This record gives sequence, structure tokens and C-alpha cells, in this order.
Amino acid sequence: MILFERVSKRYPNGREALTNVSFRIESGEMVFLTGRSGAGKSSVLKLVALLERPTRGTVTVNGKSTGALKSRHIPAFRRQVGVVFQDHKLLADRPVFDNVALPLVVAGAPLKEIDKRARAALDQVGLLGKERMLPAELSVGEQQRVGIARAVVSKPPLIIADEPTGNLDPDLSLEVMRLFRRFSDVGVTVLVATHDQHIVRELAKREIVLASGEIQDRSGDAGADTLPHLVPKR
Amino acid sequence: MRPAIFGTRHAQALLGSLGRLKRNPLATVLTLLVIGLALALPAALGLFITNAQAATGGFSQAVDMSVYLKSAVPLAKAQQLAADARQRPDVAQVTVIAADQGLAEFRKYSGFGAALDALQSNPLPNVLHVVPRGDASSAAALESLRRYFAAWPEVDVVQLDTQWVLRFNAILAVLQRLVLIAAVLLGAGVLAVVGNTIRLEILNRRAEIEVTKLVGGSNAFVRRPFLYTGLLYGIGGAALAWVILEAAVLVLDQPVATLAQLYGSRYALQGPSGQVLAALFGGGMVLGWLGAWISAHRHLRSIEPRA
Repeated sequence: MILFERVSKRYPNGREALTNVSFRIESGEMVFLTGRSGAGKSSVLKLVALLERPTRGTVTVNGKSTGALKSRHIPAFRRQVGVVFQDHKLLADRPVFDNVALPLVVAGAPLKEIDKRARAALDQVGLLGKERMLPAELSVGEQQRVGIARAVVSKPPLIIADEPTGNLDPDLSLEVMRLFRRFSDVGVTVLVATHDQHIVRELAKREIVLASGEIQDRSGDAGADTLPHLVPKR
Repeated sequence: MRPAIFGTRHAQALLGSLGRLKRNPLATVLTLLVIGLALALPAALGLFITNAQAATGGFSQAVDMSVYLKSAVPLAKAQQLAADARQRPDVAQVTVIAADQGLAEFRKYSGFGAALDALQSNPLPNVLHVVPRGDASSAAALESLRRYFAAWPEVDVVQLDTQWVLRFNAILAVLQRLVLIAAVLLGAGVLAVVGNTIRLEILNRRAEIEVTKLVGGSNAFVRRPFLYTGLLYGIGGAALAWVILEAAVLVLDQPVATLAQLYGSRYALQGPSGQVLAALFGGGMVLGWLGAWISAHRHLRSIEPRA
């Protein structure tokens, strides 16, 4: 599902965010990406969502190498990846329903289907009945769940989340993570970047640890030549 | 994509653009006013020319000349010369105005009847009134016809009665060119106004554009509402220009009628024709759409989602 092969990412300002990173995430797997801030977690997610392209190495997502993808194919690629942000990136002037429906509208779904699936997504995150409210009228936790509903509404095979619980208290955080686990249980691949060790321990999923742009925890790594398939850290 | 969905998405983009324009009424009205004035000015000039042509239409086509024969030339010779002239392909009609007939008309219309009685003989010569064919009424063709008659030994003077008409037509042609220049310049102005308005709106909606691209919105999808906004500006501006033109016609109608009456004409001012309106709305739509497209093409590219 996600394959990083000796990936390095250097930004125009000269900072090398990732150095020779290799890992594989299987279809339907849920994986945590951890490490201090600045370790390269966001860079990994940006490479997966094709917000950035690798400087060296190859990133393959949903069977497509992102380095060679033509720009006109990027929209179709992004529709296959649901993205959740720490600051949820909702449109403040649109009601909850419109925010959640956006990926379907963009993809050209029929109106009936948009209505049905947006409601289903809101139901999944427990926000059915708040469709007409504006994001600002919701609590922070609810806003984050709207962001999650938007990420899953078009049923992408892959969901990535960047510190989705960064602004939430521990109880809410756990609730949001359990939501992600439910998606993973039905076959969706989930990659969550977080620095919340408590949550990582609680959910007992595989963990990829980054430090200064390199993969640090290589427990279970078979060697440099084969791609590391990290075992769950318990 | 199925046609129904395609139509729905365009309808959504159109309604969205309309809604946004309605939410900022002052900015929208100001932009429309600028576009409307820019479109109305060349249209008004064009309307002036059309009216000037129509008002003078009766005689501006009647290009003719009077060939004055020497007073010694008898009427019979004049008839013969007229028959010769009729053979020419560029001559439509030749009428002989005999000296006696000319004197009778002069006596009747000039008011010098008593003075003329004092004359011993008729001082007027025989005259040929020549009407050239329609396709030979250009200045050059008329000049060659004039030379043809002037070369006859029996001819005293050839007078192009309608030289002023040619001049008038030439003035109108200059004005027409001016309209063209004004239309091009003001059209460029409309492009710039729409382009800049769209640019500001794109910058205002940067966050929305980023999110839309992030969830897989194509450039065409992101661009669509802006193109509709440009199109709406064009249509609205054209409608405003129409109102301006009709208002101007309404205000000028009375004085123009009075002026026409003084010249013994029943001419009534003509409003914009269907053709003018089609050009107005067509031009407005094309300029609005194009301005928006150029702006969107330039500025949407640079907006890419950031994490």
C-alpha cells in the first residue's frame, strides 16, 4: 500500500528532512509514525499525500510511484488518500455538511449519493444532526471529527493523519484513535503521525520511529538489502 | 462524467458565483459600473454614427453631378451629348435641364422673378444632370467621371453637387475608426478590471482553494467558479451598458426630434439595434470570461496545498 525505498527529502532551503528512509505498510494495516517534532513525520505524510515529491528514492502509494506522476493525474491520486490535519483545515464559511461533502463534489458524485455518503460519514464520527452548523459552532474535538469524516467520506483505501489528537485532551484523543482503528478494522490502511506515546501503547499497533530524518527503531529489520517490515512494538 | 452530473456541477458553480457576488453588493456594483461604462462608451459612439448615417441616409447615397455646358451650345447638341453619356457603364441616368426650364425653376424658387424680367436673354446654359451607378460612387470613380465630362469642348464647368456628402461620409469613417480604437482600449480595460477583481477573490479564497486541491479537486474544478464570476461580470456590465444607452436615447429623443423638425425631417432617434445588443452582450461575456481565465490561469497554479 505504501512503500518507501531509500527516500530522501531535501527542501529548497537546504534542510534535509528525510535521509534514506525505507519502510513498507501493507494494505489494511494501521501504523503509527512517531518521533520528536522535526524528526520528519510531516515530511513522510507530505510525500504520501503527494504534497511533496522525493528528492531521492521512490515513494509508491496505491501502486503508483509519486515521483513520476504527471500533475494532471495528481487530483485523481489525492482522491485515493484521505488526509486528516492537526488544524483540521475546515472551510470556516461552509456548514459541516458542505465540508464533509467536498471530496465527493470534487469527484463528481451524483447529488443523491453525496447526500447519502456525507450523512453516513457524519454518522460514523457521531456528528449526525449537526450538518447545518458552521465549524466554529462546534467544539475542537467535534471539528477534528468533521475533518475525519471528510477524509473518509469518499471511502479512500488509505487514510493519513498528522497529529490528529494534537489539540485534544487524553479522553478525546483516545476516542479519535479508536475511530481510526475502526476504519483499519474494515480494511482501510491508516498511517497516523503522533508524538503521544500513551496512545501508541494503548492501541498496540506497529510503530515506525523517526529521529532526525532517519528510521531509528529497526527492531525486526531483516537487513539493509531487504525492506524493513517493522514488527509491532508492544 | 455523466452529462447530468456535468450540468449539475456547472449549475452549482454558477449559483455559487452568483451567491458570492450578492454577498458583496457594493464591490459587485462598483465593478459592474466600471465594466458597464467601458462597454457603453464605444456602443454609444457607434449608436451616434448609426443615427447620423440614418438621419442623412436620404441624400448621402444620392451622389450626382451637374455638367454645365457653354452657353453657345444648343439644346439639340445637349441632347446628343446626353445620349453619348448614357452609353457609359458607370452612368445610371442623365437628365437634360434645358436653359428655359432652368430659368423657369430659378424664377419660381429664388425670389428674383422681377430682376430676371429685366434681363434681355436667358443667361443660363443647358445643363446635364448626371447620376452615376451605385457601384461607381466612390471618390475616385466620381473623379474619373468628372474628368470625362470636363474633357468635352462643349462643357464649361462640372460641379460635383455632393462633394460635401463625400466629406461627411469620410468624417463618419474616421469616427468609425475612433469607435474601433475606443472599443479595443476599453475592452482591454474590462479585461484588466475583471482580471484584477478575480485575482483579489482568488487570494481571498486561498485557504478554500488549497483544501479543494487537497481533496483531489482538479484545476478545472477550482477554476470553474471564477470563470462563472467573470462571465457574470460581463453579462451584468453589458446589461448596465444597455440601460445607460437606453437612458441616453430617452434624454436625447426630444431635442433630436426638435432639431430634425427644424430641418423639415421627421427623424426619430434610434435606440440600440438587436445587432448592437448582441455585440454588447457577446463582447461583455467574452471579455469577462477571458479576463477571469487569464487571472485564474496565472494565480491558481501557484496555490498548492501545504500541510
